[in-house]
Amino acid sequence: MAPFATGRTGVETGMPAQGGPPALPLVPAVRRRLVPGTAVQGVAAALLAVVVLFALIGPLAWPDHAVQNLSRFLEAPSLAEPLGRDHLGRSVVARLAHATQLSLMMAIACVATALLAGTAGGLIAAWRGGWIETALNGLSEAFMALPALLVILIFSALANGDLWTLYAGLALSQWVEYFRMVRARSALVLAGPAVEAAGLLRLGPVHVMRRHLWPDLRPLLTTMATFGIGSSILALSTLGFVGIGVRPPTPELGLMITEAFPYYHEAPWMSLAPVLVLTTILIGLLSLRSKEARQ
Amino acid sequence: MTASITTRRAPAAPAARVLRQRAVQAVGVVFLVSTACFAIVQSLPGDIAYRIAAGRYGYDQVTAASADTVRAELGLDRPAWQQLLDWLGDLISLDLGNSLVTGADVAGELGLYFSSSLQLAAAALVLALAVGATGGALAAARPGGALDRITTFWVSGARALPPFLLGLVLILVFSVHLGVLPAAGHGEASNFVLPAATLAVGLSGLFARVTRDAVAQIRQSEYVRFAATKGLGGRLVFLRHVLRNTGVTLIAYVGVQMLILIEGVIVVESLFAWPGLGHALVHAIFWRDIPMIQATAVALALLVVVLNTVVDLGSLAIDPRPRRREVVL
Repeated sequence: MAPFATGRTGVETGMPAQGGPPALPLVPAVRRRLVPGTAVQGVAAALLAVVVLFALIGPLAWPDHAVQNLSRFLEAPSLAEPLGRDHLGRSVVARLAHATQLSLMMAIACVATALLAGTAGGLIAAWRGGWIETALNGLSEAFMALPALLVILIFSALANGDLWTLYAGLALSQWVEYFRMVRARSALVLAGPAVEAAGLLRLGPVHVMRRHLWPDLRPLLTTMATFGIGSSILALSTLGFVGIGVRPPTPELGLMITEAFPYYHEAPWMSLAPVLVLTTILIGLLSLRSKEARQ
Repeated sequence: MTASITTRRAPAAPAARVLRQRAVQAVGVVFLVSTACFAIVQSLPGDIAYRIAAGRYGYDQVTAASADTVRAELGLDRPAWQQLLDWLGDLISLDLGNSLVTGADVAGELGLYFSSSLQLAAAALVLALAVGATGGALAAARPGGALDRITTFWVSGARALPPFLLGLVLILVFSVHLGVLPAAGHGEASNFVLPAATLAVGLSGLFARVTRDAVAQIRQSEYVRFAATKGLGGRLVFLRHVLRNTGVTLIAYVGVQMLILIEGVIVVESLFAWPGLGHALVHAIFWRDIPMIQATAVALALLVVVLNTVVDLGSLAIDPRPRRREVVL
């Protein structure tokens, strides 16, 4: 994680530490992310931090999300229950906290898996070529034509609809974009004169990886991962909304929206709370990468 | 470099190449989806031989012996890969089986689902293109103007508002409060409005953005300036030069958005109870109706490939310039 930290703060300059090949200007697009600075990104980061904090602390503060109290159904918000209680008398804020945590954790796990698998596949394909590239490429062609939601839906029918099937489906539907991007970019970089020079100097694959591939891929990968987290959360809540996906009573944002919908007139806070969290996450992630999102 | 490329690509007609690539893709997609469905069958709890024996002989006749007969007859004790080959063979011979819930022939029901999904997707696409392209072209006329800003806001708004929420909001506003449009139903023109609009809002923002950027870029190109220099009126320049070149970009982009469209179709059909492939798929998954899951999933995946093929051929038709790589997404 260390490279991320230095990259974000803008310390990293892309200059070789010592005695590297003098071919640096030829390395394409060593993008320097200087101070992100804009107000929009600051606000987005703050909003996201609030949501993450809620997901981390909320489940500790309101641990019982499944406790019913039918005599207190659709109770209005109060100091003790900031979001009131739902149609089964369960604490909405506790359910919301657990749901947010579940969504964020699933999304991060899926994106991390997809990113690792896709990047590894892309690097192997670009580096080794041959039948591995042909096979992986053919597989990715087929996956490119499969809507992510379709993959996740089919996977959710596997086994008994456990959480791991959702995780596997989400990761499987996303690896392909990382694979395609990494393969295309690293094929360019590996064919460039800088890597050729590194090869002549016998600097080895670790050097090429660290000095040439990683600086080129990193900005793209972080951007894609940011969007990937957003689309994972969206896919998860969409599944919950159509009634496939996380099983009740486990709280999930989309499921909560569906459950609250019949009561939106009597208890609007119940429907608004998950919608608000969902849109805050999505808008936050989009604005965090507003520059890239515009392209 | 250029010479070698032109000679290499000269013999194969571009259209034939697109068709070949897409055909390979279609085969790959069908193989993946069908194998996944086979995995679902294998992962179901319980012994399938007892299930089939119960279906054949009645529940009171299910014994270990009758299950063994079924197992031997259907070859259920063979290794999984042999059964998978059989499974794929059935699909190739278009034997889609019967629904486990209704018992009806899956292939027969698929036609209705397919046509209503296609109608919905086409309506949404036409609506999105009409609104998006017009909005984008108007926004490009005055970069930084009010319309331009509205488009930007619209794009980010549409990205942050998931289709199912948007659909809910539309239902609340137009069906519940205003009561002007039906929230569910099928067969009448008014039934199209809400589902198609839900799909189109998200897509049209993206189309508007792409159109705006393409038109703004093309307006500054040399050939447009030359056309103006030689005395063509603004309207003719737009119709002859700007419009067609924008179409090239826009059509390629429509291909990229096809996945989003089909994902949207699945969601919107479930939301509005539209009797299409997505709705059938979600219900089939709920009931673990595997023949139906396989048929609808394969049909949806093939729909993406077919629509993309149409897009590829369309962009070849309006832009016959030789290019090194086709837009294969």
